[in-house]
Amino acid sequence: MNKDQKIHLLKSLQKDIRYDGRKKEQFRDVVVELGISHSAEGSARVKIGKTEVLAGVKMALEEPYPDTPDKGNLMVNAELLPASNPEFEPGPPGEEAIEISRVIDRGVRESKAIDFEKLCVKKGEKVWSVMVDICTINDDGNLLDASALAVLAALTDAKFPAVSDGVIDYSKKTDKKLPLTKLPITITAYKIGDHFIVDPLPSEELAYDSRLTVALTEDNEISAMQKGGEEPLSIEDIGKVIDIAQKLAPELRKKLKR
Amino acid sequence: MAIKRIDGRKANEMRPITAKVGVIPRADGSAMFKIGNTQAIAAVYGPRDLHPKFLQNPDKGILRCNYSMMPFSGHGDRVRPGGNRRSKEISMLISKALLPVLNLEDFPNAVVDVFIDLPETDAGTRCAGICAASMALADAGLLMKDLVSAMSMGFLDNEILVDINSNEDCDLGATDIPLAYIPSMDKISLLQLDGGVSKENLMKILEIGKQKCLEIDKIQRKALREKFKE
Amino acid sequence: MTDEAFVKDKDIVVPGDKIASGMGFLPGKGTYRSDSDIFAERVGLVHIDGNVIKLVPLSGAYMPKVNDRVIGKIIDVLMSGWRIDFGSPYSAVLSMKEATSEFIPKGADLTRYFAIDDFIVCKIINVTSQRLVDVSMMGPGLRKLKGGRFVNVNTNKVPRIIGKEGSMVSMIKQATGCNIIIGQNGMVWIDGEPENEVIAVEAIKLVEAEAHKSGLTDRVSKFLEEKTGKKVEAVQNFKKR
Repeated sequence: MNKDQKIHLLKSLQKDIRYDGRKKEQFRDVVVELGISHSAEGSARVKIGKTEVLAGVKMALEEPYPDTPDKGNLMVNAELLPASNPEFEPGPPGEEAIEISRVIDRGVRESKAIDFEKLCVKKGEKVWSVMVDICTINDDGNLLDASALAVLAALTDAKFPAVSDGVIDYSKKTDKKLPLTKLPITITAYKIGDHFIVDPLPSEELAYDSRLTVALTEDNEISAMQKGGEEPLSIEDIGKVIDIAQKLAPELRKKLKR
Repeated sequence: MAIKRIDGRKANEMRPITAKVGVIPRADGSAMFKIGNTQAIAAVYGPRDLHPKFLQNPDKGILRCNYSMMPFSGHGDRVRPGGNRRSKEISMLISKALLPVLNLEDFPNAVVDVFIDLPETDAGTRCAGICAASMALADAGLLMKDLVSAMSMGFLDNEILVDINSNEDCDLGATDIPLAYIPSMDKISLLQLDGGVSKENLMKILEIGKQKCLEIDKIQRKALREKFKE
Repeated sequence: MTDEAFVKDKDIVVPGDKIASGMGFLPGKGTYRSDSDIFAERVGLVHIDGNVIKLVPLSGAYMPKVNDRVIGKIIDVLMSGWRIDFGSPYSAVLSMKEATSEFIPKGADLTRYFAIDDFIVCKIINVTSQRLVDVSMMGPGLRKLKGGRFVNVNTNKVPRIIGKEGSMVSMIKQATGCNIIIGQNGMVWIDGEPENEVIAVEAIKLVEAEAHKSGLTDRVSKFLEEKTGKKVEAVQNFKKR
């Protein structure tokens, strides 16, 4: 977006009108679908407006890390598929994919949503590793929040595969769900000029000055944060974003319950 | 004589198929093809500018296919993202299967990129990928002489099987014969085989495969028409 | 052998569909002949005009044509001109002499006239066989676009969005009070009050989605009246004389 176009956008935001008619603090329609891949132990599809993201959970039995012999593992990996955006190229994850992976990982891990001790099979020898992969299908803005929601949804869908004689039989699923204690919701707010918006369109993603991602548990505890963008934020700005996130998180969390 | 297939199908029965066009709004063309538990999503971008410049050819464009299984789509363990020898070979084969219907001279110096991603697999993935890619290319408005359909045939215990699943392919060790067919040319643009089969049986397999591809072709056309009807 | 058509007028055809058979038919653009049969070569609406099989494409990238008015973005400043991207696989060049009637001294800083990320309305003046494109800013209505917002539409739907003699876009302009410029390449520029821009975009998207259906003009007119709360003038008034 060039300078004049940004001025034009700011004029619109001044009236609390975004280019698709939404208000600044309004999400597009959110749709969550569980169990979209029979190959995964748990999976989900999240659509926010036309943005679409898939997430899948694979579980494996591995040796624990030496410093946490009685805890299972979590790994979150985001793939920004070239299919979803003409600017994405095939290849190893770039900055954007890595940031999405790590921010979502922190949101899940630091909220203690998964009790890693419950993933221990034999201390020091065998633990469950939970691997969540995100694959973007269509990028119409806000891949980060959509991916975070998809990861949570996939985790709520996940069931342990059957194990016999210490070997996993992936073709058989048990009824035992992955134990989740919390449902952290991730919301990112973007500052354009003096305005804060959520759930950006691609054009808004090109125009923002700074952004702040907040992950919140049900009791409004902040489990993760990440600031992005080239401009700095004031403490007052940060407080405003947390308020917005706390206001909008419950509605998103509702989409996770069946 | 009749084999009992794990999903109760008859030897010449395909798994249920769903096809939908226009599933990725951002792409120039896109389609989803699902057969049994194998699902392929294809996105087409192009014709578009080709980089690096040294790849550009002033006489004709290039078709670039990229086949990739999503990490959670495998049969057992997680599939490490980032291509391997198998996916590179399949990408190349899919490209070759689609080329006969395209005219590369229509877009000199440019590239048509086809990305095929699979959220779930149960054998027959390259064929599902070709079916999805073919619809996606048409959706993108490319000039094509025809659509391409593909089907994975199998041979097990002296019996010809249509549309083998991974149980038959991997666990029971059936001979796997994926093929792609172009109806208007009556020609085959993809053919592979691994296993053991006599020439006589192979000829029969190809004829049956052709018929099944014609059935798939009808489904692909219907899916394309449905998208543009709205 | 008799000539035979296998599709009806306005049927949707898909590559490889057999449209007609017989040497009496002529294959128009988007169709091809193989032996005595005529097949569709792309997705489109078939139209049998006498003995010519015509096809109206429903999707596909914009292919540059001489005299087309397009909206593009400056992506590079060259030695004696600028490179323009207008969403086609091929970029275009705007040479210094086609840019302005002002005299540009040698060695001048070209960014004073057009800088990277500027948007312009220009006209295509040349397309070579290798798809190299030249554009010009010399002509009525051709200028740099300041501010406003952009929307991308399917290039194949542009004629419908413009309407007969500009009637459709004029109706939308009048109802919303927005300035609207439509490039043949599917890029649309809109400039007006924020709430009216939203209505204009929705109206344009409505035309794009229903371009091939009948009764569209009335539906758009009704939509505009509902959204703006004002009566829309009769469409005939919008046709240029």
